[in-house]
Amino acid sequence: MKTASVHAALAPLGALIIVLALWETVTRAFSISPIVLPPPSAIALEASRAVESLLSAALSTGRSALVGFGLSAAVGVLAAVVLSSSRVLERALYPYALFLQMVPIIAIAPLLVVWFGHGARAVAVASFIVSVFPVIANTLTGLRSVDPSLRDMFRLYGARRVATLWKLELPASLPHLFTGLRVASGLSVVGAIVGEWVAGVVEGDAGLGILVLASNRQGNTARVFAAVLAASALGLMLFGAVSLTGERMLRRWHPSASGS
Amino acid sequence: MLDGMDLDVAAGSFVALVGPSGCGKSTLLRLVAGLDKPDAGTLTFSPPLDRTPGARSPIAYVFQDAHLLPWRSVLHNVALPLELAGVPAQERQASAHALLRQVGLGDATSRYPAELSGGMRMRVSLARALVTRPRLLLLDEPFAALDELTRNRLDDQLLALWKELGMTVLFVTHSLSEAAYLAERVLVLSRRPARVMLDRQLALPRERLPALRANPEFAREMGLLLQALERGEAP
Repeated sequence: MKTASVHAALAPLGALIIVLALWETVTRAFSISPIVLPPPSAIALEASRAVESLLSAALSTGRSALVGFGLSAAVGVLAAVVLSSSRVLERALYPYALFLQMVPIIAIAPLLVVWFGHGARAVAVASFIVSVFPVIANTLTGLRSVDPSLRDMFRLYGARRVATLWKLELPASLPHLFTGLRVASGLSVVGAIVGEWVAGVVEGDAGLGILVLASNRQGNTARVFAAVLAASALGLMLFGAVSLTGERMLRRWHPSASGS
Repeated sequence: MLDGMDLDVAAGSFVALVGPSGCGKSTLLRLVAGLDKPDAGTLTFSPPLDRTPGARSPIAYVFQDAHLLPWRSVLHNVALPLELAGVPAQERQASAHALLRQVGLGDATSRYPAELSGGMRMRVSLARALVTRPRLLLLDEPFAALDELTRNRLDDQLLALWKELGMTVLFVTHSLSEAAYLAERVLVLSRRPARVMLDRQLALPRERLPALRANPEFAREMGLLLQALERGEAP
């Protein structure tokens, strides 16, 4: 098992080293301007130089994304439960949930500023809007695909509505729910960064989105790269935490979690 | 789907329903269980069943698949019907433990359904059905998916439980030998719309032992059942 996982990590690591080496040689060999494409070594140097502002920006963005993700998880599951409780309700409301998903966040972000002002609150709401739909859609699929025979069994044993929800529907939906949460975790960081572009504060509590804009304006492309990498790392961390929680919860019973 | 069926089942008896697949055997069980409502006709229980929600269900249903909750351990799967009826945790777990011992799974209580064989899962399902001490046990081809040896063993286990607990059993199967081996009375149904082709009280000893399968009386009963089944298949 141990050696297998080491081998599994070797391939992407090798690919990374080759790509970085190629990138470094090409930018040096053709003396490409560092404003267009800085070599990896310059990005690493810039990252270590600006480590403090990168960390504080990542912390700020991470906080907003976490709040947005938490809202998505809570509101998304609740909305799915409400929608699944009646066919009429689902038919009446689901198109609007879909509509919300289609609204370009960049276009309505100015409205968020009007409603919530500049700052973390508007950024978190942007993160929420971008990431809530996958939670609703996946949880709804899970709630809808509960085995009808199990429903029959609960009915036969006189289970009340709330008991059926807690003891059958929600647990049965967990695999779907976690699929939705995993997608939402990555999106919540994307939403937070877009939110910062429009509604973030420049002074004080600036996030990675602001850092990207400011570095870009200063022609510091290496720092743009560093900030982008930090944002990706943030998304990966959130994704990893959600995946790990899901695996732990489903370990004993679901085939998607066992034996991997 | 069911046509002019008039069926009277004595309390505490073991009745098997045999018929071609899709003839409406399962429909009949679902009607008896109250999972579906009949278009016409009535169902009467004497004495009447208490079916208020939240009370212990007087009817238990074993499906073709075990239908366990994969996120619950064996013990908590078996205790589920009592949990839904609001029985305190300690009491329902004691009942579940007792029944699991009775079906020979006393040391598998903390395992999860994914870790069990098909036969063990079915035994858990049987234990779950019996944990409410139902007056009526409905089984819908419960062992059809299992290999023959496992199935025979479960048949014997079911008979032992029936003798010990004394509930009425309605057993749907498409296996004539299983019906003849298990039941006191066998009903053979025709193709859809299902009519009763034969309603026979089997002339076999009450004590069913594996040796019965080789008994000439058993073969004679099987012949009668087969004839009725063939008549019911004819258009």
